[in-house]
Amino acid sequence: MDYLAQQLINGLVLGSIYGLIAIGYTMVYGIVGMINFAHGDIFMIGGFIALITFLVLVSFGLTMVPVILLVVLLVSMAVTALYGWTVERIAYRPLRQSFRLAPMLSAIGMSFVLMNFAQISQGARVKPVPPIVTGGYTLHEGADGFVVQISNVQILVVITTVLLLALFTWMVSRTRLGRDMRACEQDQTMAALLGVDVDRTISMTFVIGAALASVAGMMYLLYYGLVDFFMGFLAGIKAFTAAVLGGIGSLPGAMLGGLLIGLIETLWSAYFSVEYKDVAAFSILIIVLIFMPTGLLGRPEVEKV
Amino acid sequence: MSNDHILVVDQLMMRFGGIIAVGGLSFTAKHGEITALIGPNGAGKTTVFNCITGFYRPSGGELRLTHPGGATFQLEKLNDFRICKIAKVARTFQNIRLFPGMTALENLMVAQHNALMRASGMTFLGLFGVPSWRAAEQRAIDRAKFWLDRVGLIARADDAAGNLPYGDQRRLEIARAMCTEPALLCLDEPAAGLNARESAGLNELLLSIRAEHGTSVLLIEHDMSVVMEISDHVIVLDHGTKIADGTPRAVRDDPKVIAAYLGVEDDEVAAVERELGQ
Repeated sequence: MDYLAQQLINGLVLGSIYGLIAIGYTMVYGIVGMINFAHGDIFMIGGFIALITFLVLVSFGLTMVPVILLVVLLVSMAVTALYGWTVERIAYRPLRQSFRLAPMLSAIGMSFVLMNFAQISQGARVKPVPPIVTGGYTLHEGADGFVVQISNVQILVVITTVLLLALFTWMVSRTRLGRDMRACEQDQTMAALLGVDVDRTISMTFVIGAALASVAGMMYLLYYGLVDFFMGFLAGIKAFTAAVLGGIGSLPGAMLGGLLIGLIETLWSAYFSVEYKDVAAFSILIIVLIFMPTGLLGRPEVEKV
Repeated sequence: MSNDHILVVDQLMMRFGGIIAVGGLSFTAKHGEITALIGPNGAGKTTVFNCITGFYRPSGGELRLTHPGGATFQLEKLNDFRICKIAKVARTFQNIRLFPGMTALENLMVAQHNALMRASGMTFLGLFGVPSWRAAEQRAIDRAKFWLDRVGLIARADDAAGNLPYGDQRRLEIARAMCTEPALLCLDEPAAGLNARESAGLNELLLSIRAEHGTSVLLIEHDMSVVMEISDHVIVLDHGTKIADGTPRAVRDDPKVIAAYLGVEDDEVAAVERELGQ
């Protein structure tokens, strides 16, 4: 029982990170109907920016952890958002009137560009950081000596995720930008006729998705204590799986899918074998899609006339 | 051209491959009037609308819009969102195009994008909840409610637009177009699919829009009870060219118009004209 509780905590944390990335996939799919395969690499860039910012701050002799975290968060969100905007501007927007597959291929290309850019500029080796947030709480100590723990990093990851999601949900449902995004999602031509700058709204979607992915990158850095140029690949595919599992295009779906993938992966590793954890996650996806082709919370696609 | 025309269409030409949908069409619409564009199916009415609202780039000719303040715009040179933002032209569609997944109120809020965009300081001030932005948001809600009230949908403000009955959706689309504060409102068959009572209500709504807001209206309509009752000026198209132009009464009695609607050959028109003693 204790063991299970511990695994649930671990799965929740991993799931939060996947969920934050998955939102970027689902948002972009909703508004432009393409899979942004470079999104996983945006997450990786976010991790690197967080690392660089952290090292710069430490080299200036800053030691207050909360200040460091806040500055790292803001800088990495801002810079990664710029990356997201640039990728959309140079790789997707020129292809928007082209055939459906073109931006998708361009996205795969962009993924390689970002990956190789990070490899060349930052080196191919894994970059470790010393633990920044340390300590934790013991929740329960079993009779057999097994201890259920939750570390401060885990608390930080979950709280940050919840706060960001609340902010994000508010933005989509209550603000002008959110309304414009939903309007563009439903009928871009009509939105333009009402004076909405569709290109700008799409750019903002990429910017917000990239900012959320960068937070995921920073959380990954804090949690695992390392980044490397290749980490965006698998994390990206997992998050994409999460988005599809939850129903692509649905925001709560992306979060739910992220949590489920995180939990499945952790529980499988804990009870069966670590080697096959990815197989487990992807198998669940296949099973769900067989019985619910639109994902858990997705709406059936209505063909636009 | 004198200043009392909101829209001057000059030698408008729209070609699709070998097909000429609109061939050298010229007409004018006056400020504060309801101008109706009628004609048999396939006459090119919706094509004219699509040229005015930037869906199509005309193959030739000019579309000149003059605001009551005197500013002029060449519509054929503007594209997508600028038609609404700068030139202040709004339109509705033959097959309704609301945002079905958003509430009626939200549909009207999207239409006030540009006012809110200025107030939110290109998004950034809005993120921090600056008071001026809140005030602007409140004004937008008030305006949306005003129009919902005008079209009798205030009770359904929070229902998804896609769930409203057909007639309500038509009126909501007009309300949404009005929320953009247009100088020229283009309505593509607003009475299509409405019953007699609903189309009488539509007449009233359009007349009051003209009377109270001074909005000029360009109207495509097949329902002659609407056209004859509310329009100040009627333009009849057939095969992409203008065949008649004048007051509703004059147009109704024009043998060429009758011929176009009944589908007679040109020499028969001459025969009809002879019969009518012209």
